[in-house]
Amino acid sequence: MEKRSNKAWIYLLPAILFLGVFMVYPLIDVFVYSFEEGYNFASQNFWGVGLYNYSYVLHDPYFLQAVKNTFILVMFTVPISTGLALLISAGLNSIKKVKDLYQTIYFLPYVTNTLAVGLVFMILFKQTPYSDGLINMIIGFFGMEPVDFIGGPYWAKMMVLCIYTVWVVMPFKILVLTSALASVNQDYYNAAKVDGASKFTIFRRITLPMISPTVFYLIITGFIGAFKAYSDAVALFGTDLNSAEMNTIVGYIYDMLYGNSGGYPSFASAAAIILFAIVLTITCINLLISKKHVHY
Amino acid sequence: MDKHTDYEKIEKTAKARERIRKVVIYTFLTIWAVVVLFPFYWMLLTSVKSYSSYNSEYIPKFFVTDPTFQNYVDAFTAVPLADYFVNTFIFTVVTTAVMLVITVLAAFAFSRLNFRGKDITFTLFLALMMIPNELVIITNYVTITNMDMRNTFAGLILPSIMSVFYIYLLKENFEQIPDELYYAAKVDGCSDFKYLTKVMIPICRPTIITIVILKVIECWNSYVWPRLVTDDEAYFLVSNGIQAIRESGFGRENIPAMMAAVVVISVPLIVLFLIFHKKIMAGVSRGGMKG
Amino acid sequence: MKVVLENLTKKFPSRTKGGSDVIAVNDFNFEIPDGQLIGLLGPSGCGKSTCLNLLSGLQTPTSGKIYFGDDDVTNLPPENRGVGLVFQNYALYPHLTVKQNIMFPLQNLKGADKLSKPEMEEKALEAAKLVQIDGLMDRKPSELSGGQQQRVAIARALVKMPRLLLLDEPLSNLDARLRLQTREEIRRIQNETNITTVFVTHDQEEAMSISDMIVVMKDGVLQQIGKPQDVYDSPVNLFVAKFLGTPPINVFVGRVEGEKVWIGDEAVAEAKGVSDQPVYIGIRPEGFELSKEGTLTCNLSRVEVMGRDISVISTHKDAETEAIRSIIDADNLESIVGATVKFEIKPHKILIFNKETEERIYIGE
Repeated sequence: MEKRSNKAWIYLLPAILFLGVFMVYPLIDVFVYSFEEGYNFASQNFWGVGLYNYSYVLHDPYFLQAVKNTFILVMFTVPISTGLALLISAGLNSIKKVKDLYQTIYFLPYVTNTLAVGLVFMILFKQTPYSDGLINMIIGFFGMEPVDFIGGPYWAKMMVLCIYTVWVVMPFKILVLTSALASVNQDYYNAAKVDGASKFTIFRRITLPMISPTVFYLIITGFIGAFKAYSDAVALFGTDLNSAEMNTIVGYIYDMLYGNSGGYPSFASAAAIILFAIVLTITCINLLISKKHVHY
Repeated sequence: MDKHTDYEKIEKTAKARERIRKVVIYTFLTIWAVVVLFPFYWMLLTSVKSYSSYNSEYIPKFFVTDPTFQNYVDAFTAVPLADYFVNTFIFTVVTTAVMLVITVLAAFAFSRLNFRGKDITFTLFLALMMIPNELVIITNYVTITNMDMRNTFAGLILPSIMSVFYIYLLKENFEQIPDELYYAAKVDGCSDFKYLTKVMIPICRPTIITIVILKVIECWNSYVWPRLVTDDEAYFLVSNGIQAIRESGFGRENIPAMMAAVVVISVPLIVLFLIFHKKIMAGVSRGGMKG
Repeated sequence: MKVVLENLTKKFPSRTKGGSDVIAVNDFNFEIPDGQLIGLLGPSGCGKSTCLNLLSGLQTPTSGKIYFGDDDVTNLPPENRGVGLVFQNYALYPHLTVKQNIMFPLQNLKGADKLSKPEMEEKALEAAKLVQIDGLMDRKPSELSGGQQQRVAIARALVKMPRLLLLDEPLSNLDARLRLQTREEIRRIQNETNITTVFVTHDQEEAMSISDMIVVMKDGVLQQIGKPQDVYDSPVNLFVAKFLGTPPINVFVGRVEGEKVWIGDEAVAEAKGVSDQPVYIGIRPEGFELSKEGTLTCNLSRVEVMGRDISVISTHKDAETEAIRSIIDADNLESIVGATVKFEIKPHKILIFNKETEERIYIGE
């Protein structure tokens, strides 16, 4: 029908209402909060406008710890998970038997509750007076000393966090990469095979370039996702992440809202905007790099 | 004749190499499958070990000789696990239902109706897809607190409803329905709304089911928002329940009971996944992101 | 019910900025008598589908009026017009069975017209019987062949006994054999129900074979309305002459001089009362006769034998088309010898068009 009508707005009204109240307004408000100095949640007033909130957050050792943790987490988990997912997907794509079964199994962590499975990881790694835990038993096999991965040294805790994060993000990456690999036209492979290229050459020279947009998509979303890490850490180390030295930026934001620090939306807003700025910068850098390397 | 044997030799080595390659690939894939499945196995295994036998195993055992279901009884009696379940169920059903109605109406407007400002509105909707939850959650928290909706279902549900991505997904699907069907329905005397309910929704049922499942998963696993707006146990969802159990329930060391609770919480989604795994995976690979 | 179109015009805004509007239907005036089957005919893009959409109400005219009987329906939305429409690709609801598809229009009836479920089922079965698909009622459209889907679409359009039945290129998605069969079917159904029917096609043979009247359109302008044979025999202009007939009409560039028609330096026929002027001369393939004393000399290319008839393909320097196709009785086959053929032109088969306006100015007697 060529007729234009305003009836459409009635259909859109609920969506616009919800988006307006719970997305657009908060988006504007968060900037406002971040500049309101000394905002008091109870009385809802503030004594000034300025950059104090940012300065406070940037000088807060807990925040700096959270930034450090988040960066370490990102730098390890994104390359590892993407590389591993690439290997697994390539393997998956080259077999026929049990392919569907494995694909389904690999996707399982996606639908499970992060908090719940995190508990299982915790007991696998945890050292208690009664038991060293399963992982310590295994590394003991190789003649290494048991470590308390949950309550022990920083590097051990970080390692568990990285491992669990990789475990959690793998399903999505494997799924996306497998479908990208499957959609590469078989003719290219056949042509390359006839030309006598080895499997590795085919993968490096044909497959990788063909799926490079997907790989970069995964890297970008991986960065964004990893910067927002939080519930994985809670699952492993409990809600008091600051005392476990395992807090993340998002964790810091929530702690500022509620929990032990108790109700500072201005600091939380400043931290959220700093996080957003970091993510935006990294995403832009990623996009610039991908423009140079991605073959469409 | 010589040449013939040469070929045979090449063929043989190629076959052997192929076999080795296969073995390596299968081994590698199987190892990953074990890595994925092992936590689930461990959770099940631990949940049927008795408290005393678990604590007496300095070196954990990979099997259990005398399984017990006492832990499951404990999980439901020592902590209000059943309440967490009911809360999560209410939260999931209401959130998903309201989301579905809003999404269908909006997708219909964008795909089928013509109105001034359609393109710009849709672009704005898409732009909202990029907004990270962390930015808006702060104000939402303040809003809900100021409206006195902490520790209420309204406070839990209202900010969790909207998912712009699903509007986008459904709109794309609606647009694949040929225009002729709409014209045919018009000539057949069908109103716009009736066309939506009688023709578009039934045709796009697979996509709608996918959206519902993805939203259910999202709701069932949501942790951050419920944690912010509830501190009254009576409104805890399973994720918060698990966290509460971990920090205080059972006395911290009753790991088997904890695992029983974890199993109970994980089962609904795993069952859902086993039934709908094709749909879920297809939906997610179309660009769905967790959360 | 008769249908009247009065000064009907439909303009679309130009796609490019600053371009002029596209006039899809330009000032249409005609009347469709009650109970007739009308073929709306023209090349693609001539506005015939727009015309159909205006009749169904899917589009509203820029100006002009549409009357169903005595009712002005110009601004009535499609759902209230009570028309049946069959789409080119059938537009069956894929999620409904054949029965549900046919019943769909009945379920939308409101108020006094509302039917009970058994009534609906009865009507649906009646419509299905009419198009002979009553054995397929529980199938889904995807389980039907193209021809069967077509019948379901017709049944769905007929079930509410529309005042007007519209068919948009209903045969173009069928293979050649089915097409022939289905068009006879459409004629039969129309005869049985006696519903006024408009049928859009770009295939002139299809339109001519089943229509009571044909309406020829070009670029949004109505060219000619009439009984198929009348339009074929006396087209009003060169376009209509060229558009109707297979094989197509042969057109020569020539002149009228002294009430005689000249092609090159041969006078091929009389043209009484026509003043001297350059003209186009149209001769249907069946308008040629082989004759040793023939007045038109052509270079012979080849002869195609088709059984009862033969088709002589020749060339002439003044012909508009590369090949001149003439259909001759097969008995004359032997008389074709040598590199040239000579034709006598049947006087009543000659059409003369003005060179500038392309209007017909003379028709042989």
